[in-house]
Amino acid sequence: MHDYPGQSATAEQGWLKAHKWLILRRTSQLGLLGLFLLGPVAGIWLVTGNLSASMTLDALPLTDPLLLAQSMLSGSLPVMSGLVGALIVLAFYALVGGRAFCSWACPVNLVTDLAAELRRRWGIRASGRLSRQLRWWLLGLVLLFPLATGVIAWELVNPVSMMHRGLVFGGLWGMGLAWLVIAAVFLYDLLLVRRGWCRHLCPVGAFYGLIGAGAQIRVTATRREHCDDCMDCFEICPEPQVIKPALKGASPGLGPVIRSQDCTNCGRCIDVCSKDVFRFRLGRGSATLPAAPEIAPEAVTAAPSRSSSRPASRSSDQPISRPSNQGSSGLSNRSNHLAHSSTSTTH
Amino acid sequence: MRRDFLLGSLRTAAGVGLVGLGLGLYSRQASSLPAWALRPPGALDEDRFSGACIRCGLCVRDCPYEMLHLARLEQPIPTGTPYFIAREAGCEMCEDIPCVVACPTNALDHALTDINDADMGLAIVSDQEACIAFQGLRCEVCYNVCPLRDEAITLDLEQNLRSGKHARFIPVVHSEHCTGCGKCEEACILDEAAIKVLPRHLIQGELGKHYRLGWEQQQQAGGALVTPDAEHRYNLPEGMRYDHGGEGLIEDATPFPSNPLDTLNKP
Repeated sequence: MHDYPGQSATAEQGWLKAHKWLILRRTSQLGLLGLFLLGPVAGIWLVTGNLSASMTLDALPLTDPLLLAQSMLSGSLPVMSGLVGALIVLAFYALVGGRAFCSWACPVNLVTDLAAELRRRWGIRASGRLSRQLRWWLLGLVLLFPLATGVIAWELVNPVSMMHRGLVFGGLWGMGLAWLVIAAVFLYDLLLVRRGWCRHLCPVGAFYGLIGAGAQIRVTATRREHCDDCMDCFEICPEPQVIKPALKGASPGLGPVIRSQDCTNCGRCIDVCSKDVFRFRLGRGSATLPAAPEIAPEAVTAAPSRSSSRPASRSSDQPISRPSNQGSSGLSNRSNHLAHSSTSTTH
Repeated sequence: MRRDFLLGSLRTAAGVGLVGLGLGLYSRQASSLPAWALRPPGALDEDRFSGACIRCGLCVRDCPYEMLHLARLEQPIPTGTPYFIAREAGCEMCEDIPCVVACPTNALDHALTDINDADMGLAIVSDQEACIAFQGLRCEVCYNVCPLRDEAITLDLEQNLRSGKHARFIPVVHSEHCTGCGKCEEACILDEAAIKVLPRHLIQGELGKHYRLGWEQQQQAGGALVTPDAEHRYNLPEGMRYDHGGEGLIEDATPFPSNPLDTLNKP
């Protein structure tokens, strides 16, 4: 056994490979912050504004679609730059995975990741039980407020925009009491509920998850038959419920692609796995594997041993099969149901 | 099972309802703007602004004079919204209004294209006891820094009753021209400004809708609307008139001739 997730991967494949996506992700998070800070700190204005809306090089507008939606629900018409900016953001995250925002851009993720890491190191196991559906309720509330009262009430307390705005417009020391809100999120995650903010409450993340429901970049358990049940990926994953259907779904006939919109595409499962089970793949895949009996006789003769005996398992050198809609047998119906129930279970 | 589910949903709904209640009550407190904080040019009225503004700070960044700020959590201004404080730095009233152009929503109304139509507030000479112009001293700083000098602020001459022989140059704000840019308050030479920019509704009065000013009505109608005005009649000695225009009593003929006997002999 080992002390921390990723230990055997580090030992077998080297520290760098066992932290590749983490390093890239931190680079992205800090780099984004750095881009925004380049103006106020060094006077180099590549990007102005903040994560709510920004302008890059006087040419590329980006707008948070959730905020623009709230603004529009309050009865205000957006202007062209705001609308175009929101559409660009929508299109981008619809492609790369909505919750990639959470793990690759959001500054609060640095705080909650730290809390989760300290939780692991200090062995804090106790965690309050909260429904993961809470974020949906809160998202509803967030959108209801401007509609009912005409005020974007969420922005008065939103830690995500508050932290980014505070850092970009005030710096570490000019943030004022926003620090308290960030500290509250940190302590809440550390002491009260494991991954309590990002996984259970944050309506911003819930919204981005919704955008990325059909994302094309997915973590895929391409070599799931090599899984040795070390549980490192479950241990490190910020949304562990998304892994199981893809990793352990071979026998009920589920595809190896992580299809849940809750997956943040952080890639930590890829890092910590010493068996190289996971990798990023293009395409959503289908919920189920094509049923074995439906493979045409020619295909069976071309690859007789694998497809006939164990339809779910694949060797590492064989490319993952493209999703096909031919699997409409009773088996795929049943596994659809399984996939659905296993992703919506509350922990 | 069903019972558990219902109970769970109820608990969630109750929890979220409590959060919503708290947030709602807080937002009522937190979304009111204090009088000393002014919005950038083109800002919608406060109710609509707090719904339209997405707190991105693009207006703040595009202001070439860096006089706009984003409110922090501990300030009594809606968190993250742009404001300026006239006494610290007023709006320079750029002709191309970059802050409005930068706004990705219509929180700063893009219909505002002439900065002279901006309405950030209204200046008021709030302390005539402190303003040195009212002491008969020459200051006129507010008048001179006003971007709409002689329109938004004029100097009105009055007699200085203290000295009896000097003039007082009194700054007077005209609400139809003042944009509330705040340059006057910024420039006021006193330790505490005697001219301040405040939201219009805190300053301006409004005549009752039913009220009619008789002379205006008369002018519009071109004559008296009810019975014609009665001419005032004076009971004056013969040969005398009274003039309202300032001349007062006018003697057309001397009531008392130089020879007193003529008066005595009068029939």
